[in-house]
Amino acid sequence: MNSRSLQTTIVFLVIGGILALALGGFFGSASRQFSSVLVELQTWVSLRYRGVQDFVTAPRDIVSLRAQNEELKSQVSQLQTQVIELQQRVSETEILAALVDFSRSNPENTYKAAAVIGRDPSPFLHYIIINRGSNDDIRRGMPVVTNQGLVGRVDAVIADAARVQLITDPASAINIYLQNAETDAVLFGSVTGDVSLDMISQDSAVEPGDLILTSGLGGGYPSDLIIGQVVTMRTLEFELFQQATVQPAVDFTRLEIVLVITNFRPVDITPLVP
Amino acid sequence: MRNIVAFPLLLLAVILQSSVVSQIKLLSGYADLPLLMLGAWALQKRVKSAWHWAALGCVLLGFISTMPWLVLVIGYFAVVFIAQTLQKRVWQAPLLAMFSVTFIGTLFLNLLSFSVLRVLGTPFVFADVIGLITLPSLLLNMLFSIPVYAFMRDLARWVYPAEEYE
Repeated sequence: MNSRSLQTTIVFLVIGGILALALGGFFGSASRQFSSVLVELQTWVSLRYRGVQDFVTAPRDIVSLRAQNEELKSQVSQLQTQVIELQQRVSETEILAALVDFSRSNPENTYKAAAVIGRDPSPFLHYIIINRGSNDDIRRGMPVVTNQGLVGRVDAVIADAARVQLITDPASAINIYLQNAETDAVLFGSVTGDVSLDMISQDSAVEPGDLILTSGLGGGYPSDLIIGQVVTMRTLEFELFQQATVQPAVDFTRLEIVLVITNFRPVDITPLVP
Repeated sequence: MRNIVAFPLLLLAVILQSSVVSQIKLLSGYADLPLLMLGAWALQKRVKSAWHWAALGCVLLGFISTMPWLVLVIGYFAVVFIAQTLQKRVWQAPLLAMFSVTFIGTLFLNLLSFSVLRVLGTPFVFADVIGLITLPSLLLNMLFSIPVYAFMRDLARWVYPAEEYE
């Protein structure tokens, strides 16, 4: 055996010994210390390199970041606009779906949907303006409803718009029928937008919660349209009639889309009134 | 030709009144934008077309509103009359004049509306009208009168430039 092969053998033995010690777990603490030092060194070098890189490339990045920021801002504003538009569409769709359900559940009537585009400029009068007129076969006197109940009736019509008198208008008076008490009465509007019942017979036992429907008397409205519910009763023995406050079924502050009943023609009974 | 600006502006005011201002309620009252604009316009010293504006305002409002024509014509012409009378007497304090026009004009128009509608058969209660419509409307008109006056003053300067006026 020459000296060269002896050296090789020794090297292999040493390496094999080290491997055997390492596999046996004798180098655990030493290797952990070594690796932690290595990681720290690696981190230090990497951080310094990144610092130098940032220093060199910073001005160009700020410009590009600003451009990106502006672009993102404009995208955000566009998306916000889209979100608002979509929310409005969802709201409209929900209303329309409810109105479609309502018209399907009342097939005896034909309806024309209309959007509310304005209100009377005077606070003394409770009228709305809708975007359907005589071009859409809307005529004076036609009742206007939502899926919740009666809104009012068409008061004036032009080609592409119509004015609707709400049931809350101070000049409005509607013949109604109290379903549970089986009696007739008259519903009046007021300055405040509240509605109340009058002309309820003293003999009638009307209770809070009773449903109020149109009676159809007088020919101004079709019968059985929901108006609301009785909230409180006022009965005084020395008065001819009882009165009641009413919770309307329709929220008049949030009217957006309404339905005009186009197959109803009001009857003018004025010549018959003595 | 300068009066042409009245048409789009008053039309916009009436549309805003019908669609936006009428939704901003205090109790049952709301501001009257056409009244404020007519009052502020008539208060401008260099303006000579306030009566034309009032006539146009009445036509536009009469087209939309159910209010009888009589109320609109008397009410808005009275506002212009009050404004022009005050403009000659309180010319050194334009904002005070604007407040006065707003105050007197609102009260007059509300009282006129109440009286005419009552005569026509609408069952109003005077106390309700004062408490729920007139006083809240008055407060809102007073609040809106300052920006409306500033806008109409700038508009008057634009429509009637100083060198031409002098």
